[in-house]
Amino acid sequence: MKPGRWPLGLLVPALLVLFWQIAGDLGWTPPGSIPTPVAVVESWYVWIFGPVTPLAWHSGTWTFYVLLSLRRVAAGFAIASVTGVTFGLLLGWYALVNDLFDGLINFLRAIPTTAWVPFTVFFFGIHESAAVFLIAFGAFFPIAMSVAAGARQTPRTLTRAALMLGTPPRRLLRRVVLPATLPSTFAGLRIGLGLSWVLVIVSEMLAVQGGLGYALWSAYQVNRLDLIVDAIVSVGVLGLMSDWLLVQLSRITLRWQRGLVGQ
Amino acid sequence: MSSAPVIACHQLTKAYHDISRGETVVACKDITLRIDRGEFITVVGPSGCGKTSLLYILAGFETKTSGSIMIDGRPIQGPGPDRAVVFQEFALFPWLDLRRNVEFGPRERGVSRSDIDASVNQILRTVGLETAANRYPHELSAGMRQRAALARVLINDPKILLMDEPFAALDAQTRLALQRELSKLSAEMSLTVMFITHSVEEAVLLGDRVLVMSARPGQIMADISIPLPRPRDPTSLEFNEHRREIARLLEQASLSPVTAS
Repeated sequence: MKPGRWPLGLLVPALLVLFWQIAGDLGWTPPGSIPTPVAVVESWYVWIFGPVTPLAWHSGTWTFYVLLSLRRVAAGFAIASVTGVTFGLLLGWYALVNDLFDGLINFLRAIPTTAWVPFTVFFFGIHESAAVFLIAFGAFFPIAMSVAAGARQTPRTLTRAALMLGTPPRRLLRRVVLPATLPSTFAGLRIGLGLSWVLVIVSEMLAVQGGLGYALWSAYQVNRLDLIVDAIVSVGVLGLMSDWLLVQLSRITLRWQRGLVGQ
Repeated sequence: MSSAPVIACHQLTKAYHDISRGETVVACKDITLRIDRGEFITVVGPSGCGKTSLLYILAGFETKTSGSIMIDGRPIQGPGPDRAVVFQEFALFPWLDLRRNVEFGPRERGVSRSDIDASVNQILRTVGLETAANRYPHELSAGMRQRAALARVLINDPKILLMDEPFAALDAQTRLALQRELSKLSAEMSLTVMFITHSVEEAVLLGDRVLVMSARPGQIMADISIPLPRPRDPTSLEFNEHRREIARLLEQASLSPVTAS
């Protein structure tokens, strides 16, 4: 989005929030069912700045929970990125690897990652590693698939050009395939990152303690819709920010590609 | 000029299986050819006459089906920096800037840093791109990209230069300039060149010899020497006599039956 377009982009959300507040104030919603934006902000303030007390988990714990979720996403996504890119390159470049793993990968890919939750908890217990495993496992597939598709599409003239210039065949993967695959790698990483946030919430609701997903579920159990909305918006903001960071990183890495589109 | 040919083909045939059509296609057939050191050979022929196949076999990208092909008396074993290839679509690495594209070959061959810097600067000056060294390929015009592609292979000090319609994507002005420079460079560096083109004028302008190939299966229909002095004047009478002759042969080549495949 261009800087000049921001105000217009914020208009619709602002109007929605305004409508939401008015609807609550005018009593269009059953009392005690849906909190107004003001109530949401008030409880959010307590969640962030309130005193930490053993009596209420939702007081003063926001920063800690955010850091917990962030750490899980960072760890899981990092593992998925490294393994996904490596495996994707091998899968896309070496026909033998593709023949060996294609069937297995398609089978595993067909299983929603959430179906692995009970197995994961059984195997890892209520432990950080359960969440990290789930995120890494889930984000691995879109990353690996996207990288493999990109590697398969490496222009033949580029690999031929490299061979003709003296690159030994075994070095083609690093010299040509890897850089040629970078655009689709970043596309895969973006999908993987989005999925990481889905899976951190799922695993925190079901498998591990602390974090925004844990807060979400705890709020549900005590009927605190205001806190639920706080947690939802928090996840949204974090997801948006992490995606923005990734896009900036891809812009720097792919600056050689700028202007290619539409040429 | 030494008597031993740089390139010697004997009854070279290339056939491949076209999976989508489920039939065997003979790209070129019984090509017998000698190219001497320092000769500039241009190749014309109808589309699909196997001229690119011949070039790619020389480059080592493809293998022959039968017959023999020798370079300096040795069979071809894969691509290598002694046989430079310039592609129609430039094939520069889009993720590397111009300097790094040109450096690519020497780096891969393990040339020392200081030697690379000196030769890169020199070759960029030769092709007139010294001010564009830090630009990425997409920031260069088509003419500049083809100059860059030329610089990238010339830095490897090749013996043979293989060019597959390198100037087809350029505007007339740029093409003319590059044709002149190539003619000069290849003579200076005593390169043996095989240059594929669709343009009869270009073939006569650049070639010591023009090979006319027939429609698939591609065979050499005519091998015509162009004994005109360089630089050649495309408006001269002699030039146009050659041009007419080759155009006439090419027309015959296109008409010749394609049924035998």
